[in-house]
Amino acid sequence: MKSDAINVPQNEIAAFLYFSPLSTKCFSAPFTMTKQQANWSPYDNNGGSCVAIAGADYCVIAADTRMSTGYNILTRDYSKICKLADKCVMASSGFQADVKALQKQLAARHLIYQHQHNKQMSCPAMAQLLSNTLYYKRFFPYYSFNVLGGLDNEGKGCVFTYDAVGSYEKVGYSSQGSGSTLIMPFLDNQLKSPSPLLLPAQDAVTPLMEAEAIDLVKTVFASASERDIYTGDKLEIVVINADGIRREYMDLRKD
Amino acid sequence: MSKSAIEMPPKGGFSFDLCKRNEMLAQKGVNPPSFRKTGTTIVGLIFQDGVILGADTRATEGPIVCDKNCEKIHYMAPNIYCCGAGTAADTEAVTDMVSSQLQLHRYHTGRESRVVTALTLLKRHLFNYQGYVSAALVLGGVDVTGPHLHTIYPHGSTDTLPFATMGSGSLAAMAVFESKYREGLTRDEGIELVTEAICSGIFNDLGSGSNVDICVITKYMPQGGKEYLRNHLQPNPRTYTSSKGYSFPKKTEVLLTKITPLKEKVEIIEGGDAMEE
Repeated sequence: MKSDAINVPQNEIAAFLYFSPLSTKCFSAPFTMTKQQANWSPYDNNGGSCVAIAGADYCVIAADTRMSTGYNILTRDYSKICKLADKCVMASSGFQADVKALQKQLAARHLIYQHQHNKQMSCPAMAQLLSNTLYYKRFFPYYSFNVLGGLDNEGKGCVFTYDAVGSYEKVGYSSQGSGSTLIMPFLDNQLKSPSPLLLPAQDAVTPLMEAEAIDLVKTVFASASERDIYTGDKLEIVVINADGIRREYMDLRKD
Repeated sequence: MSKSAIEMPPKGGFSFDLCKRNEMLAQKGVNPPSFRKTGTTIVGLIFQDGVILGADTRATEGPIVCDKNCEKIHYMAPNIYCCGAGTAADTEAVTDMVSSQLQLHRYHTGRESRVVTALTLLKRHLFNYQGYVSAALVLGGVDVTGPHLHTIYPHGSTDTLPFATMGSGSLAAMAVFESKYREGLTRDEGIELVTEAICSGIFNDLGSGSNVDICVITKYMPQGGKEYLRNHLQPNPRTYTSSKGYSFPKKTEVLLTKITPLKEKVEIIEGGDAMEE
């Protein structure tokens, strides 16, 4: 029809302008104006990794000492490990402000227990307390990924692993934090934890000697520092056995 | 007339057809995969005899290091090199492409390439893609007009500077440069300053790490002298290797072995036709 030749349909002009590499007009602009959303978060992730391994008569708990935010390092020398009771130590990664608040809360509750029962809390008891404390804040959680390690009443090593809201399990070994995805498969391969569902119930603790377990932990952190940017600087290793608690340090990559 | 769009032949460049769908998915919590970025520290400075470029060697995919020793100083021409930060694929592709274009230009004109030529080719390409080619570059070289150092941003703007830094570690490196740079540095002083700036990025920025690469370009020697000092400094060795080593037992058992020959035996006939030349 005659009119079509003169009046080029508008949508075809739009299509032509859209396809040229330098569109000066935003006809079909890739970004439409969306409503502004609230973007303040009460949480931050300070990075880091923790590991705990239970042995027949010892427990090894280790964590790196780097505290970071985004692409920056806040400090190279921050301890993520906290002694909760005589034979019970917790390592936590995640948001360190929440971790600090959690540690204070547990220390206060432990003091009350000591006044009421005239003895220190055992590791399984502390494990349950930690779980309850975390679930108490189910709807505004502690951004804290914990591993609890220590000796139970018989002197055998035990490790408990948690998520942010208090789900916990007694295991032979565990890792949490930014490097845990790199560390856990290696520990699974070397320590071969039996399933807790097997019958008869098999022992979760590793038959390794204390020195071998420490060697394993050092290797695991050295490897995690190679590939995880949030893990590095220094490794703090805490060993609990019948003689008490001792602390060791090892240098990690600083880049 | 039909209401459908004009049939356009498929052009190169980017198609934005899926943007609305991606936005909808992102709102539902399905995020697109991350690119491999070089989360980098790259620097350049001009010293008395030419240009020195420096770079770290870490490539990251989010929080994981995917390459501990990659090369970020790319060859453009015998007298021009370019450091790249941003998406690794973009920096590689754009520097390779312009390097080829420069070579063709050299054949065409019979002259040594000039740094401003590389600069213009790069900035035109990047501006054309409106910042979607995420390449932030430090371009340096020496040609007949003297030593030159430029920075190029992903949207296509450029700066001409006596010293420059780019990448996530650029602030750490620039702090070193701003304190210690002066005009007329010697070769050794320049290399030391560049190394210090890159180390500042390596140790203080989590996106940068591993080793220091240096490239020195000077005007002495025919066609511009250059030295590519790959892994000039390696300040981050592995911290611990277990003396006893680890064994990884095979987990999967072999249940059944069955060999099925695919071809029957082939007979060789003597005196077949010889192949013709």
